[in-house]
Amino acid sequence: MSLMSLHVYLLLSAVLFSIGLAGALTRRNMILVLIGIELMLNAANLNFIAFWRFGPHPEALRGVMFVIFSIGIAAAEAAVGLALIIAIYRHYRTTNLDKVDSLKG
Amino acid sequence: MGGRHDPRCGGAPTVTLSNSRSHPGARRADGRIAASGRCNRSGLEMGLFFVSIAALMAASALGAMFLRNPVHCALSLVLALASLAVVFLGLGAEFVGWAQILVYVGAVAILIVFAILLTRGSESIVPGAVLSRSWWAGAGVSALLFLTLAGAILSSPAARKEAGEKPVVTVKEIGLLLMDRYVLPLELLALLLTVALIGAALVAMQEKGRK
Repeated sequence: MSLMSLHVYLLLSAVLFSIGLAGALTRRNMILVLIGIELMLNAANLNFIAFWRFGPHPEALRGVMFVIFSIGIAAAEAAVGLALIIAIYRHYRTTNLDKVDSLKG
Repeated sequence: MGGRHDPRCGGAPTVTLSNSRSHPGARRADGRIAASGRCNRSGLEMGLFFVSIAALMAASALGAMFLRNPVHCALSLVLALASLAVVFLGLGAEFVGWAQILVYVGAVAILIVFAILLTRGSESIVPGAVLSRSWWAGAGVSALLFLTLAGAILSSPAARKEAGEKPVVTVKEIGLLLMDRYVLPLELLALLLTVALIGAALVAMQEKGRK
């Protein structure tokens, strides 16, 4: 069990993903939920890079290209998510997710 | 990139591999012993560096999720994403590391800070009201997920792989691939970004007739 083998990176990514999931599921503030989603996306990117580096044919750059596209899509996601949060804040005057429950039956 | 190290030892994984490659019959342990003291020390230093970066990343990710003040959370997120960029650089994906710093540390962090500023004064300062009512379910699900993932990773023989030769990734190669093989995804991404930014501006725009 060497220090720099693949499972070290996979474990680090699992830690990052679980922290992000815990935050996204437990926080009340919508912005903090979005931060949790960003952390989960980054954990997935770390997995792509680690599998690219340790997998066969790293010279084909598949993992790197996937992460470049993933970062671009994450930027679009963050912009739309924050715009939605601002629109909801304007409507409800709160970012507390427990209070945004107009559809509640 | 290559100038910092002895050309024979670009970090621990390369050392063990190149040694076992030059003596195909030699076991990996022999290769480690045969490696020069400087290479071993450089490998150890790299390991220590990685451990400290990983610890910094985990701690700042925890801070980003569970600090009370949202501004502190955003700053902690910046730290976590910057240390992830350092991990990318260490893995040999230089372009992705710098793109990570530009996009996340530069743009997304500023977007989040602006969103926090624009929605200021909404969060209650009541103690204990930071977490949602059903926080125990979320915490349980994430702990369960982490245990499952860690068990799968630690029990998998495929995850024990050592790194091969560090691939040389030049920006020129990435650019050529983007213009050649990945040109359709690139154009789709450009379209998606345009649509998303116009949509974001429309959604966040002040509606007429409502204050």
